[in-house]
Amino acid sequence: MNIAVCVKQTPDTETRVKLTDDQKAVNESDINFILNPYDEFAVEEALKLRETNGGEVTIISLGPDRVKSAIRSALAMGADKAIHLVADKNPSDPNAVAGALAEELKTGNYDLILLGKQAIDDDHAQLPSLLGEKLGLPAVTVVVKLDINGDQVTAEREIDGAHEIVTCNLPAVIGAQRGLNEPRYASLKGIMKAKKIPIEEKPAALAADQLEIESFNYPPEKSAGKIVGDSADAVPELLRLLHEEAKVI
Amino acid sequence: MIHFSEEHEMVRNMVRDFAQKEMAPIAIEADEQERFPKETFQKMAELILLGLPFDPKYGGAGMDIIAYTITLEELARVCAATALSYSAHVSLAASPIDMFGTEAQKQKYLVPLAKGEKIGSFGLTEPGSGSDAGSMKTTAVPEGDHYVLNGSKMWITNAEVADIFVVAAVTDKSKGTRGISNFIIERDFAGFEVGKKEKKLGMRASPTSMLHFTDCRVPKENLLGEENQGFKQFLKVLNGGRVGIAAQALGIAKESLKRAMLYAQEREQFGKKIGEFQGIQFKLADMATKIKASELMIYDAAEKKQAGLPYIHEAGMAKLFATEAATDIANQAIQIHGGVGYTKEFEVERFWRDAKLLEIGEGTSEVQRIVIYRELLKEIDRL
Ligand SMILES: Cc1cc2nc3c(=O)[nH]c(=O)nc-3n(C[C@H](O)[C@H](O)[C@H](O)COP(=O)(O)OP(=O)(O)OC[C@H]3O[C@@H](n4cnc5c(N)ncnc54)[C@H](O)[C@@H]3O)c2cc1C
Repeated sequence: MNIAVCVKQTPDTETRVKLTDDQKAVNESDINFILNPYDEFAVEEALKLRETNGGEVTIISLGPDRVKSAIRSALAMGADKAIHLVADKNPSDPNAVAGALAEELKTGNYDLILLGKQAIDDDHAQLPSLLGEKLGLPAVTVVVKLDINGDQVTAEREIDGAHEIVTCNLPAVIGAQRGLNEPRYASLKGIMKAKKIPIEEKPAALAADQLEIESFNYPPEKSAGKIVGDSADAVPELLRLLHEEAKVI
Repeated sequence: MIHFSEEHEMVRNMVRDFAQKEMAPIAIEADEQERFPKETFQKMAELILLGLPFDPKYGGAGMDIIAYTITLEELARVCAATALSYSAHVSLAASPIDMFGTEAQKQKYLVPLAKGEKIGSFGLTEPGSGSDAGSMKTTAVPEGDHYVLNGSKMWITNAEVADIFVVAAVTDKSKGTRGISNFIIERDFAGFEVGKKEKKLGMRASPTSMLHFTDCRVPKENLLGEENQGFKQFLKVLNGGRVGIAAQALGIAKESLKRAMLYAQEREQFGKKIGEFQGIQFKLADMATKIKASELMIYDAAEKKQAGLPYIHEAGMAKLFATEAATDIANQAIQIHGGVGYTKEFEVERFWRDAKLLEIGEGTSEVQRIVIYRELLKEIDRL
């Protein structure tokens, strides 16, 4: 099975995000970047499928030079090949990214395209569907269980309060959700091997962004919590506050 | 100035991730119950961490000393006891076999150690010989195609769970330290017994026990390297081990600083975050400075070792400085936490208990000073 996994490099979940002075972007100077956690599920699923079906796993990532370290992380987990679509920055428009990825994916003759259901930085959650559209392939996203039998795909996806089972044929695009699997660690052997795999560089065929970021804002400061009481007597007051002040019930 | 390669950064990220996910959830409990986390070793084996520096042809990962040092640092940040047992396995038990063993010994013992199928341990210290390791009493007397070992070892890390032991014994009493040899002992050799487990202040998840030899017959093929070369061999092993012990101290120190720094931004007294008090800021600044110095010293020694340059001086200084700094830094981390720092839940008390051992094991601080002074004397004309 010929599998492509599209991965994004994102800031570490522990990063305290700082904005640029004009508040139009995240200040990248002190950021520790990682492989997008949802993409780790996609890589793991690809590796598992390769283990059962044979074939090859190709990692594709778009962005500036720094994304190579995310590519290497995916290679160290066990992927076979890598393509870096070079761009001077990560575009903020998911449609532009999907266009450039689709151009590359078309040339690869892939049976399956896996990626995270979203990136943890801009949280657009659009790429799986956009890729499906641009490639004319079925796309199933927020997938927590994936079975592939011949070219028959059965994907279980999370929807509000339920799971939906979707079937389609290969080739297809699958967006991975947490729960799909438990990503492996890069073994030391994998790290040594990853060093030797060449990363093929190509310019990203990016169309102009149609989406412009006006500004980012920091989340409002959390106000101090309130302890209503420590016995059952406090429950009515707690309910009143949750209803009238917090307005959550 | 330290430059870590991309590969080194990947090792750090992987080990950090591993330690957070697999070790952090059990660290407090393993310490309290004095339980060796065998499951962690099994998972390390899958990642080839237990064979990190050894040649892939022996089941290792073929990585360098820098990667090994980074690994110890990251393991110790989360559970120093696991790091200590790990370093005893890799650098005290497996590495002498790698350095001095015959091909047959490597196949038989190094391969299962590197693959993590077996756990290793190193027995040098005795009830009567610690810093003065050369004064050991355990004897090995040749008898036909065997040596017969008699005596006891004390403070032996991993003994409770180990399968393969590298043990030093006197083969020629008349020759003093030139009459010592090292042997590879299997756990089930007749006449060999692992004794009682010590109850300790810290490093409690790393088991420490006595070893007893009573007419224990060891095949001659289990002599490590040449006869009477044992003293030189274990000095070489311990020199390398010192960088590893210092790295564990660095890991504890870094985590202590992180915890103290975060707590200082959170805890309020007198209407302010305690981190706004200069008295607390100065402590944190001192902690960070000692960490920086430790880090530079450790990776300087590691780089020299990797490059095959003399590094005994640097390793001794790094161990001395980093381990004393770690105990001090963990102590200050408790202080900055106040009362909660004294409770198990906040872990800094464990960091301090664990750090203290690093000033004692693999050569006490005093012994490091002896080593440093000796090297200094050699350089007297160049000072
Ligand atoms: C948890 C733990 C794990 C260990 N694991 C192992 C292991 O796996 N294998 C192993 O072989 N050993 C191991 N050891 C033993 C350790 O290496 C020794 O404890 C250490 O070398 C010190 O020896 P000692 O305890 O006999 O102290 P001693 O040598 O009796 O020292 C007592 C004090 O005297 C000081 N001193 C001694 N000589 C001098 C001198 N010339 N000048 C100034 N001061 C001096 C020492 O620095 C120390 O402060 C372990 C110990 C512990 C506590």
